[in-house]
Amino acid sequence: MLRIPCPFCGPRAEIEFRCGGEAHIRRPADPDALSDAEWADYLFMRGNPKGVHFERWFHAHGCQRWFNLARDTVGDRILAVYAMGAEPPAGLRREAEVRGDD
Amino acid sequence: MTEGVARLAKGGRIDRARPLRFRFAGKLYIGYAGDTLASALLANGIHLVARSFKYHRPRGILTAGAEEPNALLRITRGDGRVDPNTRATTLPLFNDLDAAPQNCRPGLRFDLQAINGLLGPLFPAGFYYKTFMWPASFWKRFYEPRIRAAAGLGEAPRQPDPDRYLHRFAHCEVLIAGGGPAGIAAALAATRAGARVILAEEQPQFGGWLTGEGALRARIDGEAPDAWLEAALAELRAAGNCRLLPRTSVFGCYDHNLVGLLEDVADHKFAPAAGEPRHRLWKVRAARVVIATGMTERPLVFPANDRPGIMMAGAAATYLHRHAVLPGREIVIVTNNDSVYGLAGDFVAAGARVTLADARREIPDSIALPARNRGVELLPGTLPAGSEGRLRVRQIHLRSRDAGTTLPVPRACDLVLVSGGWSPNLALFAQARGELRWDAELAAFRPGPAHWPMCCAGGANGTRRLGEAIADGLRAGAAAAAAAGFEKPAPEPPSVEEGPAWTVEPLWCVPGCSSRERGEAFVDFQHDVTARDLGLALREGYESIEHVKRYTTTGMGTDQGKLGNLNALGIVAGEKGVPVPAVGVTTFRQPWTPVPFGALVGANRGPLFDPVRRTPMHAWAERAGAVFEDVGQWKRARYFPREGEDMQAAVQREAKAVRASCGMLDASTLGKIDIRGPDAAEFLNRVYTNSWAKLAVGACRYGLMLGEDGMVFDDGVTARLGEDHFHMTTTTGGAARVLAWLENWLQTEWPELRVWCTSVTEQWATMTVTGPKAREVLRPLVEDVDLGRDAFPHMTFRSGRVAGVPARIFRISFTGELSFEVNVPAGYGLHVWEALLEAGAPHGLTVYGTETMHLLRAEKGYIIVGQDTDGTVTPFDLGMGWIVSKKKGDFIGRRSLFRSGMRRSDRKQLVGLLTEDPALVLEEGAQIVEDPRQPLPMRMIGHVTSSYRSPNLGRSIALAMVRGGRERSGQRLWVPRLDGPAIPVEVTSPVFYDPEGTRLHV
Repeated sequence: MLRIPCPFCGPRAEIEFRCGGEAHIRRPADPDALSDAEWADYLFMRGNPKGVHFERWFHAHGCQRWFNLARDTVGDRILAVYAMGAEPPAGLRREAEVRGDD
Repeated sequence: MTEGVARLAKGGRIDRARPLRFRFAGKLYIGYAGDTLASALLANGIHLVARSFKYHRPRGILTAGAEEPNALLRITRGDGRVDPNTRATTLPLFNDLDAAPQNCRPGLRFDLQAINGLLGPLFPAGFYYKTFMWPASFWKRFYEPRIRAAAGLGEAPRQPDPDRYLHRFAHCEVLIAGGGPAGIAAALAATRAGARVILAEEQPQFGGWLTGEGALRARIDGEAPDAWLEAALAELRAAGNCRLLPRTSVFGCYDHNLVGLLEDVADHKFAPAAGEPRHRLWKVRAARVVIATGMTERPLVFPANDRPGIMMAGAAATYLHRHAVLPGREIVIVTNNDSVYGLAGDFVAAGARVTLADARREIPDSIALPARNRGVELLPGTLPAGSEGRLRVRQIHLRSRDAGTTLPVPRACDLVLVSGGWSPNLALFAQARGELRWDAELAAFRPGPAHWPMCCAGGANGTRRLGEAIADGLRAGAAAAAAAGFEKPAPEPPSVEEGPAWTVEPLWCVPGCSSRERGEAFVDFQHDVTARDLGLALREGYESIEHVKRYTTTGMGTDQGKLGNLNALGIVAGEKGVPVPAVGVTTFRQPWTPVPFGALVGANRGPLFDPVRRTPMHAWAERAGAVFEDVGQWKRARYFPREGEDMQAAVQREAKAVRASCGMLDASTLGKIDIRGPDAAEFLNRVYTNSWAKLAVGACRYGLMLGEDGMVFDDGVTARLGEDHFHMTTTTGGAARVLAWLENWLQTEWPELRVWCTSVTEQWATMTVTGPKAREVLRPLVEDVDLGRDAFPHMTFRSGRVAGVPARIFRISFTGELSFEVNVPAGYGLHVWEALLEAGAPHGLTVYGTETMHLLRAEKGYIIVGQDTDGTVTPFDLGMGWIVSKKKGDFIGRRSLFRSGMRRSDRKQLVGLLTEDPALVLEEGAQIVEDPRQPLPMRMIGHVTSSYRSPNLGRSIALAMVRGGRERSGQRLWVPRLDGPAIPVEVTSPVFYDPEGTRLHV
């Protein structure tokens, strides 16, 4: 069970949280402009990287706040937490780009 | 009952003044306080305690610890306290302990299924997979039940568990697994540094090796090790920042240093004291973990190496030195390492005759001479080649390693001690993703880099001498404390006098094990896996060690291969002609030792299994004789039977009364969310399918919420309390989900919207007064609100006072009748409820439950999300296209509604079904077909979602989802059933009652 550093409450056990899946997937501003395939891509397609993964977490049994978290999917180490709407730390973003979705 | 035949007159750490009575296989015996069940059995001359898993071979006590594969017994303590698969080697003896063997019929000495052993050649690895394949239908009916009856270990108890189990959460800087010399040293260092320390030891006493053979083999600071041990434990007990947990197994190391501990609080007694739990499950989050779990001795793999009376040498040392038991008098020790030489002499001193057969050709004099001088017969370069003896080993065949020939005369013996070297216990370290490194000198794996903040110390770290183990523990403890912020240099290690470190020459399998001439050579005793099975798996093409493991099931017993895994790796490496580390290791999984389900469940059972939510009117409903149903965590009154009524009768009466005069429902469980902020209306526009911008203050609107995939997700009525203030209602079960959904969008996608959502479900008590006389019932209790038809129209709300209490009254309806939903602060709920009952009595006000609510709404064709929908249903499928705004722009799920597949005319659509026989009530969930005479499997075109007997219509009604359903109006379809002919039904509109809605607007 992970120990997740909630940016608002401090480190708490994973059971207090709900994972909201991959982060940084913006809802298209004009869905009507999208083809069915593009819309399906937004709806259903998610990355499954080996390595750095940016994901959204919700402190459901705590402060009820959403935040972003970077996790190494291989070792489950938590590499960073950062605010909703913020960009991931630059170093981690580079690492994620290098490794890609392999 | 007499003194055990194998008990020595003196020595050991047992209390001869405290004899304990126990039973094994129905017979009474005597042991002593300080015994384990295994040592007490051995003291009474009992080796044979079990029959093996597959071949039903006689098996004896093999070890003295948690790694025991054979001595798994059923322990009975009366009162439903029956524990299968209990390891006799770790269970402390207590008075009236009742142990029985498992997996043997009719008994241990004569087991009918031992014929499986004679048929051994027919039961190779993968036997079941290969043999019971045909005919396929036989598997479930015949093969599986027979195999399950024949194989397997204990039986699960059948009575409810009478014991209590507790969970405890804890945090510490340094958690140490294992209370031997290294663990104690680590605790000393970390405790002195000021860290919070937990030291867990699975045995009742701390000290590990020092409480057995080690007490004789070394001196610490010039004294017997006991002095050091006692001083260290006294210091830890007095320190205040060190928690000592004896009888506590560290069973799992998980991510981020979560550590699972199972504390035996009362399992070592006949029964827990009043109020005492049986086990306590600890979940500890530790900044650092020190693994000081020592080493486990490996067996040697040779033909017929599994007879009762064949025992691990280190276990025999424990029985001799800790329990004063001499498990045999004619002893042959077979080994490939030095660790048994001192012990061999101890057994001579205790009165046994000892032959030591060492596989190694050259034994240094420093090792050999002292043993010979103590009277041990030493045979270098000698291998075990087989054994004889049906229920106890009688003789052993030895052969010279060089000549390759069997020594002409087998050695008579009553005890064979085996030592194949020692492996660090790295299960916990590897569970926590630590890497293992091969150490050729140890002929075993040592810890490599840790993944989480932890380290190994002492034997687990590969040290072979006491002095090194203590120094290693001190260093590890100090380092762990320092890393957690408690810096202090490691204490000076004590000076330890002891012999040289043992050396070993790897011997994974005695050559010749691949033939069955002298019997099977067992690698995994618990699962009856032999060296030949491993060879077979490789020959059949299983390359990966993980596949070999699964095919042969080696290491898959409750002992998780503690004894056999490394030998199995060695044998596989030998067969493949590669070094052992090239084979790799199988994944180590929690738990280290089995954890009872009771302990995992803890207090979360019975009424504490799940929280129960009750409405403010619950107590009244209970008194009124309501039958409750669970809706989520809520208890909702389902119906209110009167004298002699069943559910059917009560519901028919309640439903009739509502439409004839008036009824009242406790609707407090409906989800309620208070939504405020200048952008609240815009927000609702985005989360509902219809438009909210122009909703007038004081008005209500029904809304459907979709997922982004366009499927109906929740529904409810929302009222505009003010320009920036809404009161949203959700389904009872969906309340938490909807609030989380709203928060998700607000916080992550639209943070610019100024909207705040608050759950107010429990702040309001809600009662629905419904029926033609609802207005008359309510009127005398209402102040400040004109209930008149035009002053307070349908789908509006008013604030006022009801029965003297501030209230919000919503004129909304789920029955199709004139309805008022009265919301009052929860604390006044019961008061207002009772006032309404009194006011309604002259009008025949009838309290009804959820079952009647369901029936009444079905008469009107109102859906229930989750009953009539299942996550694959769009508003169009429901015939609710009218609620999907075409003008307001985007909302959640809108784009999905225009994907090509969503507009297909053969999607399932909501329709009504009327049975041709009005008395027949369809089964909810029943499938619908076009032609009941078509061959099986029939083409199913839909299913019944709601079905009731309607008293107001005088017939049965049903709602269903049917492919292209609306086009089929008037069509005859069929509902097949298992217990009779298919039922003909007619497709109709889903609105059965008052389709014009005239009753709503009165």
